Amino acid sequence: MWKFLLPFAAFVALAVVFALGLNPKRDIHALPSPLIGKLAPAIALTDVMDPSKAVSNDSFKGQVYIVNVWGTWCEACREEQEALLAISQQHVVPIIGLVYMDQRDKAKQWLEQLGNPYTAVAFDADGRTAINWGVYGAPETFLVDGHGRVIYKYISPMTPEVWQHEFLPRIAAARAGA
Amino acid sequence: MSSRVGRRAALLAACFLALAAGSGLPSLACAAEAGAADAGLVDAYGQLRNPALETRFEHITKDLRCLVCQNESIADSNVELASDLRRQVREMLVAGKSDDAIFAYMTDRYGDFVRFNPPLTPKTWLIWGAPFIALVVGTIIIVRIVRRRSRMPLDDDPAAEST
Repeated sequence: MWKFLLPFAAFVALAVVFALGLNPKRDIHALPSPLIGKLAPAIALTDVMDPSKAVSNDSFKGQVYIVNVWGTWCEACREEQEALLAISQQHVVPIIGLVYMDQRDKAKQWLEQLGNPYTAVAFDADGRTAINWGVYGAPETFLVDGHGRVIYKYISPMTPEVWQHEFLPRIAAARAGA
Repeated sequence: MSSRVGRRAALLAACFLALAAGSGLPSLACAAEAGAADAGLVDAYGQLRNPALETRFEHITKDLRCLVCQNESIADSNVELASDLRRQVREMLVAGKSDDAIFAYMTDRYGDFVRFNPPLTPKTWLIWGAPFIALVVGTIIIVRIVRRRSRMPLDDDPAAEST
């Protein structure tokens, strides 16, 4: 009996592992963030539009907010722009933009052309803030709760579905818990 | 000395190729490395002025994964994130941070995946334990097969016996 059952069980186990690996919805480059549950790193930079204006996540303390990391070199960021604009129209949470590995002029031009969904856009000239947030690509979107803790990270372009199913329930839960 | 010259040649060649190809990202990486040189931490060859620190730098950056390419170390990778992380490692070494502190800094931000040699934690035990599990399971299978065979009567195959 075991002689047949054991290889069969092994086959099923392998098939399940392969099926999970082949799942097209799974992004093999998406890594779990060690920041989840920890205090959000500081953003203390200047506004991409105006170098004399400071942008800090300190001013959003006590609120649930979103940090969206992007760059003009990132094609997937262009893709998600439409979804972000629609989200900003809903006025659910402030959206802080974090531009990195980029130039001010290019970023400005991008926002003028595609529209600006952000409450504020911080310009990370040397990428140090992005390192503190564990950013390794773009777009990446973080959700921070009212206690200043990172509660969720989404790696890939934002879509209305992702916003609906991943972000809104977490925002509601964070507000209920706060 | 020869390795220094080799490194310098490689760096120059990489920068030249990047410029020749007109591609944005690698040339930005070159610019970032030049920026580090300006900070006075490194010599004209892109190496830390303190040879002991340079040795540690090479050891540490070989164990840190470039999260953009994921199969390259930040020592080998040309992407800008790797160059930013190399700058971070250099600065921490010069500031007198220990190897452990630098690895902790990286895993705090990027998780255990950033290390090619991940620490043994409840999350990573399977990576470290898998070879031993395979060894134990394999041994059990072999022992069972050998035992079963040794219990078989020798005159199992009368035709073979008679020849």
